[in-house]
Amino acid sequence: MTAEILAKPAPAVPGPAPAAPGRTGTARRLAWLSGALLLLAVLTLAGIAVGARYIPPGQVLHVLLHREPASEDWIVVHHARIPRTLLGIAVGAALGIAGAMMQALTRNPLADPGLLGVNGGAAAAVAAGTALLDLRTFGSFVWFALAGAAVAALVVQILGGGGRASATPARLALAGTAVTAVLTAFVNGLILLDPLTLNRFRFWQVGTLAGVDSAVLGQVLPFLAAGGLLALLLGRPLNALALGDDAGHALGANPTRTRLFSLLAVTLLCGAATAAVGPIAFVGLAVPHLARHVCGPDQRWIMLLSAVLAPVLLLGSDIIGRLALHPAELQVGVVTAFIGAPLFIALVRGRRIAQL
Amino acid sequence: MNGPTAVDPSATLPTPPAAAPTAEPPAGPGPALAPVPLRAVRLPAGGSLRWHPRATLVGGLLVLALLGAVIGALTAGDYPLPVADVVDVLTGGGARADRYVVMEVRLPRLLTALLVGAALGLAGSLFQTLARNPLGSPDVIGFTVGSATGALAVILVIGGGAAAVAGGAVAGGLLTSALVYLLARRGGTQGYRLVLVGIGVSSLLASLNAYLIARASFSDAQSAAVWLTGSLNARGWEHCGPMALALALLLPAALLLGRPLRMLEMGDDVASSLGVRTEGVRIRLVLIGVGLTAAATAAAGPIPFVALIAPQAVRRLTRATGPNLLGSALTGALLLALSDLAAQRLLAPTQLPVGVLTGVVGGCFLIWLIVRRWRGDRA
Repeated sequence: MTAEILAKPAPAVPGPAPAAPGRTGTARRLAWLSGALLLLAVLTLAGIAVGARYIPPGQVLHVLLHREPASEDWIVVHHARIPRTLLGIAVGAALGIAGAMMQALTRNPLADPGLLGVNGGAAAAVAAGTALLDLRTFGSFVWFALAGAAVAALVVQILGGGGRASATPARLALAGTAVTAVLTAFVNGLILLDPLTLNRFRFWQVGTLAGVDSAVLGQVLPFLAAGGLLALLLGRPLNALALGDDAGHALGANPTRTRLFSLLAVTLLCGAATAAVGPIAFVGLAVPHLARHVCGPDQRWIMLLSAVLAPVLLLGSDIIGRLALHPAELQVGVVTAFIGAPLFIALVRGRRIAQL
Repeated sequence: MNGPTAVDPSATLPTPPAAAPTAEPPAGPGPALAPVPLRAVRLPAGGSLRWHPRATLVGGLLVLALLGAVIGALTAGDYPLPVADVVDVLTGGGARADRYVVMEVRLPRLLTALLVGAALGLAGSLFQTLARNPLGSPDVIGFTVGSATGALAVILVIGGGAAAVAGGAVAGGLLTSALVYLLARRGGTQGYRLVLVGIGVSSLLASLNAYLIARASFSDAQSAAVWLTGSLNARGWEHCGPMALALALLLPAALLLGRPLRMLEMGDDVASSLGVRTEGVRIRLVLIGVGLTAAATAAAGPIPFVALIAPQAVRRLTRATGPNLLGSALTGALLLALSDLAAQRLLAPTQLPVGVLTGVVGGCFLIWLIVRRWRGDRA
């Protein structure tokens, strides 16, 4: 959040165990990555098994391997649990990558799609579409969400970094706060003037994977894939920019172009994810910190590990939400906040929180 | 605002925007004016009274503007009343219908707006000075969201009347700010950590609030949504009275601590070497700020941004150094009264909750600050 913390010759890894460079570092990263992947696989199976109707693991495997359209388990698994789980993985990965990118881009430990106004922009656009044009389905409001996310991200970037080449983290955060505030007030106004919008919006606003139309997965994937691909291509220039604009420029990265493409990637990832499942907090904030802690400052590794760890967090939260109030459900957005916020506060209380 | 150093933990020097007026670009609009020097009047008893001519002038103008807002709020509406009739009513006469409109509808609402605005402005000034950061206002450190959670819990889960809702709001706000304060405390509270912990806790509670609204019945959700935005619609004497009492107790308490607060702003080391018991004073100031915000929230819901804007605005108007407690209270009162007037009249006969307006205005103010700051950097 501040320029001066960042200007300090900070050790690159905010954690007690800086990854040793070279082979051991890579081995460590690979170990973490495979551990995370394993966890994700376990959670995927658990996500299919757990719910209002419990399906034991053996039966899950059976249903996955055999086509039995008549069995109730088969229907639940294929029409509800699998689309929901896959959507969780896709959205989680998108939020993780987006959070990692924003933190790298702004060199801001608090950067998060929520903080920098991207989710707010998407949400406001969806609310406006719902209220004024009576949009109901993902396919119709995803473009609104993307446009809202893009406009908000761009306005925040211009306000936060306008005039000079570099956007300081503090000004960016401030600009994000301001834009989010205006958007929130706008949404509140819409909701209060039109009760029907409130009624639709309030369920979407919590952030949930439940009851999302299974067609949404297919519709959201192209956006997320494009954003993810763009993000991976930007790994190297973001690494160069991490040393500062001047050094980055000397290393061959074009700061302005890198920023623009990063914004595009973040917009695609967050806008589509938010349109699909609603605004989900803390996944994009907490996970990249964890990733940076275990695999060091290389953006490509951070993004990769975030792309796996974030779905772990999201799926885990979704499962917890299904179990917590069984047979009722706690929406995943609430659970991620309850898991993410303490983590975030622990980071803040830690001595080296601000060093990126 | 204060740019990159705003939440700088490594700063040992005070860094609020106007702390060093000569180093800052002139803050007010118009041509660059040198800051007016502080004047001191020696008192016969050996003490001294410091005063600031520009601040006094601004204070006078604020009072005039407040008068204008009062006249506007009492005369304008779907039932317009000439000033003479309002004066008649206020002096004990007037027609019966006029009496009702003024005494039962407009006056209590206006007074509630003024008192709530003053409380928020004052609380904002206290918190911003303690955090040495404009973002240290109650909005950001989770108080408003916490009191919303408390009120929602009463509206949606427990169920209860207006008094219970207000009690829930106060309890929620108090618990939240205590939690934020305790979590941020580690060998003394540092401003930046307070803000960050506040952001964390308030996002947690915001999602809890969204959940509570989603699981509520439609009509409950609707009234909760109105409440959450912050509104002065249909405020009567029963809201105005407790607010007046709270302000009457807490405003003098805050003013009495004004001098140690000014020293705290220079940093704990400087303050304690000047004889201030820093933690004790800080806790008392936090309690006063919390009490003010709690009372305001109980009366009108979590109205955003008044606590953030008022101290900043008055600082830019007066160019005075240090916390300007009375000025912030006046500015807050003016801000909320004007916003409520606009909220009532903008889409008349539909009445917007005032929180929608302060949210938009507050966000735009922040944007304006950022743009100004950017131009200042360029020069």
